[in-house]
Amino acid sequence: MAQVVAVTGNEAVANALRQVNPDVCAVYPITPQTEMMQRFANFVSNGNVKTELILVESEHSSMSACVGASAAGGRVVTATSSQGLALMYEILYIASGTRLPIIMPVVNRALSAPLNIHGDHSDAMGARDTGWIQLWSENAQEAYDNTIQAFRIAEHMDIRLPAMVCLDGFIISHSIERIEYLEDEEVKKFVGEFKPLNPLLDIGHPVSYGPLILTDYYMEYRKAQDEIASKVSGIVLKVAADFEKMSGRKYGLFETYRLDDAEIGLIILNSAAGTSKDVVDEFRDRGIKAGLLKPRLYRPFPFMETGEALKHLKAVCVLDRADAFGGSYGPVFLDIATSLYPYKEKPVLINKIYGLGGRDYLPEHAELVLSELAGIAKTGSVRSYKEYIGVRE
Amino acid sequence: MADLLEIRWHGRGGQGTVTAAKVLADACLSGGRHVQAFPEYGPERAGAPLRAYNRISSKELRMHCPVLRPKVVSVVDATLLDSINVGDGATGDAIFVVNTSRDPKEIRAKLSAGSGQKVYTVDATKIAMDCIGRALPNAPMLGAICKVTGLVSLDHLLDDVKKSFGKKFSQKIIDGNLEATRRGYEEVREI
Repeated sequence: MAQVVAVTGNEAVANALRQVNPDVCAVYPITPQTEMMQRFANFVSNGNVKTELILVESEHSSMSACVGASAAGGRVVTATSSQGLALMYEILYIASGTRLPIIMPVVNRALSAPLNIHGDHSDAMGARDTGWIQLWSENAQEAYDNTIQAFRIAEHMDIRLPAMVCLDGFIISHSIERIEYLEDEEVKKFVGEFKPLNPLLDIGHPVSYGPLILTDYYMEYRKAQDEIASKVSGIVLKVAADFEKMSGRKYGLFETYRLDDAEIGLIILNSAAGTSKDVVDEFRDRGIKAGLLKPRLYRPFPFMETGEALKHLKAVCVLDRADAFGGSYGPVFLDIATSLYPYKEKPVLINKIYGLGGRDYLPEHAELVLSELAGIAKTGSVRSYKEYIGVRE
Repeated sequence: MADLLEIRWHGRGGQGTVTAAKVLADACLSGGRHVQAFPEYGPERAGAPLRAYNRISSKELRMHCPVLRPKVVSVVDATLLDSINVGDGATGDAIFVVNTSRDPKEIRAKLSAGSGQKVYTVDATKIAMDCIGRALPNAPMLGAICKVTGLVSLDHLLDDVKKSFGKKFSQKIIDGNLEATRRGYEEVREI
């Protein structure tokens, strides 16, 4: 029987990690993630898990410890936010290039400077092309469910890639919500025994990690990595199907909300998607065919499936909680535009940047954007292709 | 109960306002209800004004933003009435619960409450001093909120207070908080 609780997002994910009982966890504190690892450290101290906790002196060390422990043959986790993720940057590529299935919740927070502890997506967007899998989560339930599924996806023998589970800092990490926990036994059975692949500690079969590969084979290695990335979405769907059988909760590559017959649509990640869905309902009540698409598997990006789901719309707004400085548009916009590129008939696309540094995303913001889209769908004329919203003039 | 009840708490850092919102959320879980409890995070300083929010609904709660149009406004520290418009955005039929020993008429005037809005007072700080020996008005405010909203029964709330405080505090403190919650429930008065 599922247990219904009211907990914070951090608490929910820490509990998922307890249920998985990983071999090694490297810990370094950073707001708003700190509570998650503090709770997990409690589980270790109280003997609820057998995990070896490594207290490190920085996030660079944290990810390095994860790489070592994972290559040694362990099931390995850590968690971080913001500057912490930025400090890991060098080692993120080593984890993915070495094909180590490390699991890392990322509690999304703005990047400094100026210093800001609140939620936006700048941190994880900076790491989106590091070869890690990224699963994004609307609420505490999804963060919990995604964390459990991430182990099965990352550790799949056809993939063996590290995975981040993203959830919004404070808005989800520190808010209490009702969620359903699975039974410990169910989770244990679902993730299964960890199967090491070429572990360093198997001294009967010595292997070498981190080799030098120059002009002779580096490119072949990268091509292989690209091919593996193309297998991820199939595995994500299989794992989601198994998860649905166990929990009754359905997951896909992305969530579509009232999108099938929609004429206008919002594309939006994480917690702001929930707020937007309520506004989509209001527009539907007024007879306006609005819908929404919320990416879940954001890396590798399922561009073909996403384009297929959006091509029938008349006007679409991509809402980005991060900007890509010096680029033309926000990061999610670029991916959505790419997904629609092959189609002759496609929606008009606009981009709004919202919620940076934790600025509230309110229903009125979704209302303004949907009204603008309804106008574009009618007239075809676009006032502005990219704009900051909810910002003081 | 209506599909959705939104509550806004106004307090000062160190008064246990955030804890009260959390305990209320936990207590309201029963009966398959969906709940949210979240504070507004600023620089966390004792004495600084803060807001916290609750949403309680029979349906899934998807909204993830501050409560802008509260049906219930809980004022844990009446000195805030001088510096903050606690009635901002409150619904026409909103319920105000104010921790004060002052004249109820004065509070109603200060709030400029509309004819459809109800104003309740409770001397939560005095109750806390009597029961706990410290000016921690959160438990009596919690009791008062439960009484005026009818969200959960007093027994159910007391069970939850026991559970929440039991993790951290001594039996003496727990008993004091239970008594404070009960008195808040019983002593809250409508103007």
